[in-house]
Amino acid sequence: MASQLFFENVEVGMEIGPLVKHPTSRQLVKWAGASEDFYEIHYDKDFALSTGLPSPIVHGRLKAAFLGQLMTDWAGDKGIVRKLSCTYRGMDIVGEDVICKGRVTQKYVEDDANCVECEIWTENRKGERTTPGSAIVVLPTRG
Amino acid sequence: MSSSLSEADKTRLLEELRENVNKAEKSVVVEIDKSMIRRFAQAIEDPNPLWQDEEYAKQIGSGGILVPPEFFCTSMMSGGGCRPEVPLPYDRILDGGGDWEFLLPVKAGDTITSSAKLVELREKQGKSGNMLFLTFETLHKNQHDELVAKSRGVTINLE
Repeated sequence: MASQLFFENVEVGMEIGPLVKHPTSRQLVKWAGASEDFYEIHYDKDFALSTGLPSPIVHGRLKAAFLGQLMTDWAGDKGIVRKLSCTYRGMDIVGEDVICKGRVTQKYVEDDANCVECEIWTENRKGERTTPGSAIVVLPTRG
Repeated sequence: MSSSLSEADKTRLLEELRENVNKAEKSVVVEIDKSMIRRFAQAIEDPNPLWQDEEYAKQIGSGGILVPPEFFCTSMMSGGGCRPEVPLPYDRILDGGGDWEFLLPVKAGDTITSSAKLVELREKQGKSGNMLFLTFETLHKNQHDELVAKSRGVTINLE
């Protein structure tokens, strides 16, 4: 992977990402199989329409996983993702970009661990945050 | 969406659901192998070699292919797949979100036992009727009985 991020180089307000994902119906089927979530609103268009949705929608948990990727990419090989949390506020439609972003909100040392707290979210092309959340990562020092 | 149950049935199911809080439990055992992790990484389209390249993972001292933390975000590990069945009075079910805490690294070859419990039920009055917020907590232990992760997830049941 790319160069390692160190605790000393992180500042509150620092931006994370963007990681842009393009969920296709193929990806939603792969996710359904890999995660064992076979609810038809995510891949069966007729079923999705029959429930009143405009189209199949992206699994909330897939968006959580995208945010996981955002944070493991940012933390690097020697960083550890300690916590991840998010709520599924808005729908994302298959075929539309899901943009993952974050921002550092706090850094502190706790029990010898160099912790960085971040606000994270996914947004759509209109800039609406559909999956707001937070994360804590532990980073190495240059030491 | 019209409801399929009578008011009396809804009331009875809600009563039964309330009785399940802090009681309903379920455990699921998952043996995590390399191909499961590869399929997962390919599904999210994450090319990180930590999840797929054994040599690379060993070089950085992980001891083997690592499980991406967000593997615990799947339905299989912390969602419907491992939760106890509880009576739900209303038709609409939504996933509200979740919190995941990763305590120890998990690698290919580990066997994870996930034990889920309904820990909280909140009842609210929404625009279209009653809303129930069910919080499930799942503890994930490895084959050495070490707690490797904790999950909390909210399911919303709407009238």
